[in-house]
Amino acid sequence: MGEPQSNCPLKLYSYWRSSCSCRVRIALNLKGLDYEYIPINVVKGEQFSPEFRKLNPIGYVPALVDGDVVISDSFAILLYLDEKYPQRPLLPTDIRKKAINYQAANIVSSSIQPLQNMTILKYIEEKVSPDEKLPWVQCHIGKGFESLEKLLQDYAGRYATGDDVFLADLFLAPQIFTAKGFNVDMNQFPLLSRLDEAYSQLPAFHDAMPEKQPDAPSSSTS
Amino acid sequence: MSSCSFRVRLALNLKGLDYEYIPLVEGQQYTPEFMKLNPISYVPVLVDGELVIADSLAIILYLNEKYPHQHPLLPTDLHKKAINYQAASIVHSSIQPHQNQARYIEKEFGPDQKLPWLRYHIGKGFAALEKLLKDYAGRYATGDEVHLADIFLAPQLYAATKRFNIDMQDQFPLLSRLDEAYSQLPAFQVAIPEKQPDAPSSRTS
Repeated sequence: MGEPQSNCPLKLYSYWRSSCSCRVRIALNLKGLDYEYIPINVVKGEQFSPEFRKLNPIGYVPALVDGDVVISDSFAILLYLDEKYPQRPLLPTDIRKKAINYQAANIVSSSIQPLQNMTILKYIEEKVSPDEKLPWVQCHIGKGFESLEKLLQDYAGRYATGDDVFLADLFLAPQIFTAKGFNVDMNQFPLLSRLDEAYSQLPAFHDAMPEKQPDAPSSSTS
Repeated sequence: MSSCSFRVRLALNLKGLDYEYIPLVEGQQYTPEFMKLNPISYVPVLVDGELVIADSLAIILYLNEKYPHQHPLLPTDLHKKAINYQAASIVHSSIQPHQNQARYIEKEFGPDQKLPWLRYHIGKGFAALEKLLKDYAGRYATGDEVHLADIFLAPQLYAATKRFNIDMQDQFPLLSRLDEAYSQLPAFQVAIPEKQPDAPSSRTS
């Protein structure tokens, strides 16, 4: 997993610190799928190259290439992978629990993550001040985490929606990692803190975390 | 007026499902009663017997699975299905969240900042959708049937043209054509904000 293999049909365009890329890395690990890791340095603006824009017109990572098929957006990629490679399913069969997984995933992907991305933070920094970035991010993460605590309290087991890892967990783990990076006080969120601890014990999650990626600064592969 | 609720109404109409419409007045989404239904306080919320689901995408995918035979909302082809998810995501994760911040932007930075903010984020999403869908669009976004991408696009295009006066024709020809196609659909016509029981022009209550 994450090896440079140019004959590998699965290629993931990823940035080490991107929480959206992390979701897909976890899925690929859970499903035992080999893939070629192609780093896109979003700080340097590589996502805006004409070549990458052909893969993803909105210019975000991750993007997945599977032979002739090109898909972007972590949610679309995850549901595609789950249908094409059904080993280690990412969704429960129970239709109600499935809906809760979608809801939790969307709290992260629509109510938290878009408000903490680089473009928005730069806007806040320029329009207000650099000191405003952290309160802004902490506020939005906090609201989303409060909602997740309430939503999942009736469903959580060892993981977010029971005793198996599902889609919600793939969205939560990277978001909690990011939150800690923004100094969000996780003591306010006991359920999410417990889940975070559970995820840290799983190799599929552990190996997908930012610092383990080939393009992470401590890596000496490039 | 909510785009997210509009999407769910479209899906319910396409599938021919009857439902009870429960309007919320501004601020009512923060009452303890409503927050118990939906912890993040956005509309829409669907109650189906004892099950309560919030979030338009979760609701629509649930409806599609529970009522699969009436007007399936996803194509069977895996790649086309993925394109539908991708287009829906561009709307619900890249456009909508920033559109929702417009009121904050206006309050913090002044009314003259609101429109540039909206134009930037909607424009960016629309430009991406034009490129994404150009190889897949037929009569509708991903072919000649209405699917998930259309359910997300239609309300977003409606908001862009009717609420924010985004110039569509020159910059976004494919999306303009789709907007026109949606306006001809009965399921869409009945779902538009102005036709809802709680629309200001309604005198039903």
